[in-house]
Amino acid sequence: MIEIRWHGRGGQGAKTAALLFAEAALATGKYIQAFPEYGPERMGAPVQSFNRISDVPITLHCGLHEPSFVVILDPTLMDSVPVTAGLKKDGKVIVNTSFSAATIATRLGINASQVFVVNASQIAQDTIGMDIPNTPMLGALVKVIGTLDLNGVLEDTKHKLEQKFRHKPQVIEGNLESIKRAFNEVKNV
Amino acid sequence: MKAEEHKLTAKELPVGDILEAGTAVAFKTGAWRSIRPVWNAQKCIQCMICWISCPDTSIIVKDGKVTGINYDHCKGCGICAVECPKKVCAITMEAEKK
Amino acid sequence: MIKTTYAKGKVVAKTGNEVMAEAMRQIAPDVVAAYPITPATEIVQIFSQFVADGLVPTEFVAVESEHSAMSACIGACAAGARTMTGTSSQGLALMWEMLYIAAGLRLPLVMAVINRALSAPINIHGDQSDTMGARDAGWIQIYSENSQEAYDNMVQSTRIAEKLQLPTMITTDGFIISHCMEVVEILPDEDVKKFAGEFKPERYLLDIKRPYTLGAIDLQDYYFEHRFQLADAMNNAIPVILEVAQDFYKTFGRKYDLYEKYCMDDAEVALVIIGSAAGTAKVVVDDLRSKGVKAGLIKIRVFRPFPAKQLAADLAKLKVVAVMDRADSCSGAGAPLYTDVTAALYSNANAGLPLPKVVDYVYGLGGRDIDLDHFHEVFARLEKIKAGGPIGPVVEYINVRK
Repeated sequence: MIEIRWHGRGGQGAKTAALLFAEAALATGKYIQAFPEYGPERMGAPVQSFNRISDVPITLHCGLHEPSFVVILDPTLMDSVPVTAGLKKDGKVIVNTSFSAATIATRLGINASQVFVVNASQIAQDTIGMDIPNTPMLGALVKVIGTLDLNGVLEDTKHKLEQKFRHKPQVIEGNLESIKRAFNEVKNV
Repeated sequence: MKAEEHKLTAKELPVGDILEAGTAVAFKTGAWRSIRPVWNAQKCIQCMICWISCPDTSIIVKDGKVTGINYDHCKGCGICAVECPKKVCAITMEAEKK
Repeated sequence: MIKTTYAKGKVVAKTGNEVMAEAMRQIAPDVVAAYPITPATEIVQIFSQFVADGLVPTEFVAVESEHSAMSACIGACAAGARTMTGTSSQGLALMWEMLYIAAGLRLPLVMAVINRALSAPINIHGDQSDTMGARDAGWIQIYSENSQEAYDNMVQSTRIAEKLQLPTMITTDGFIISHCMEVVEILPDEDVKKFAGEFKPERYLLDIKRPYTLGAIDLQDYYFEHRFQLADAMNNAIPVILEVAQDFYKTFGRKYDLYEKYCMDDAEVALVIIGSAAGTAKVVVDDLRSKGVKAGLIKIRVFRPFPAKQLAADLAKLKVVAVMDRADSCSGAGAPLYTDVTAALYSNANAGLPLPKVVDYVYGLGGRDIDLDHFHEVFARLEKIKAGGPIGPVVEYINVRK
């Protein structure tokens, strides 16, 4: 079972990202869970959401304390939130940043081999026209996990967005493009 | 002496606190009366105040006219006699002669 | 792809609230009167959207409080309408006096309850204090471990309620299930509709050809008989609940019972538990089994009526039992499930059957997490007691800073 923790700020779409990711993983035949941490739901407040992905049915309904993947939507959270708390020994951290993996690894105090970076905010600006880093980070996560099918994820996300943005086709295209770009651009250096 | 009423068992009772409608007709409250209203057809001016006032709908009205009192249900409260206009005084209360 | 148990079923990723609203849409009750409250708000919100979009012909009554919601439901159901609602926590508490009236009038309402802690202190998260407090109101109570069970229980609910003329609540744990997206198999609309059947009350107030009086005063001479009818209906509820579960299994392929027995065949130590934490505990049972520990688990699905006889028989085979309560009764002598389980076991004592040792754990109040380590801790204690160690405090509070 893969356990994932998303870190974001209220309004950045950490919850939505976890839900989208879960649905996409289901579309590729996995059992899934997606749940946010409910607390002070205010714009800008640090928030977390979680995913469990498994090949067999998931019965666990406790909190998720030892993620194998941590996704950080907002790099400024690294200073105020213990983002690596409970991270598995060989766990991986994916950060939306323009800095190198080595720089981030030093800041977080973990091995550089555990850190993956992608400039999701820039990708979102280029493709969607707004700094909404959650969909590009989906693409980066799919790449880093490595066992999920990108096309399956794209297809499901497209289907989901089509329901939500029936009247804004450009939003759908932009989001899909952002996933593809982040998938290709996420790096370990 | 009247026989004691049969009380329904849980099995006999309809489920869910249900009572058939209109059962008050069969329940003769007239036996509760110690004084009875007596209506005088000659004096009555058909103002209908007694009919409006009676809490037991015991003023019998036919074709828009008071025709008498339903002694099966009248409890002898006397409201009709009080409400009947003083100048008319068509209803008086008398002791039950039993 | 994940396979469905029912050929025409559809696997989706949905939250507990979404699937409960979905089941309500499929059953398409005549009336839903509801007031939103976290974490059940989404049920009401999603369902009212279904109504607004014309996806369900239900008359949706937006009321100003839960007391009014339950009152409106009672009126609608008495009038002859299939009626549903949903609430949680303080909302259920505000319905309190009307809960007893729905049961006393034998109105087969169905209510989705998302379990949440009761104030004070104010807390929006999952525990079962709300419905445990309503356990004596005369309602059928069916608890769900996950979204799939919440959905399936909703699909079965109207038939149970209507056959027994008893109001029925279907519950899930707040946030843990209500807001957790999981894999759920949804059944086709027409098949759910067919399974639920039509609501044909024997008597209803809008039947102008057979008028009747409902809810008249009962004094010393009749109140007890009516309450005895209610007790009797609860006594007869178990076969009906099982019959509906059996038909659900035959139709859709998923099995339900009064409670689920997990690794119980040769178990020596076991938990009795309700709700979402059962799923977490199952992982620990599996782990212990792989290490040779004869651990088991009983997950209560039907709490009202309480399956005392069946449970006592199953528990008789065990050496040590931990009852897990996600609510406290503040009696100073154990929580609701514990008192019911131990009372059930006393019939074993009367019949000369063996008795396991029983301890109680209050856990997870206000949504406090209970994870694998906590269940390991509980089982470790049961193993020690089994080996002849001291029982220690009968009622324990786990994962709380004392």
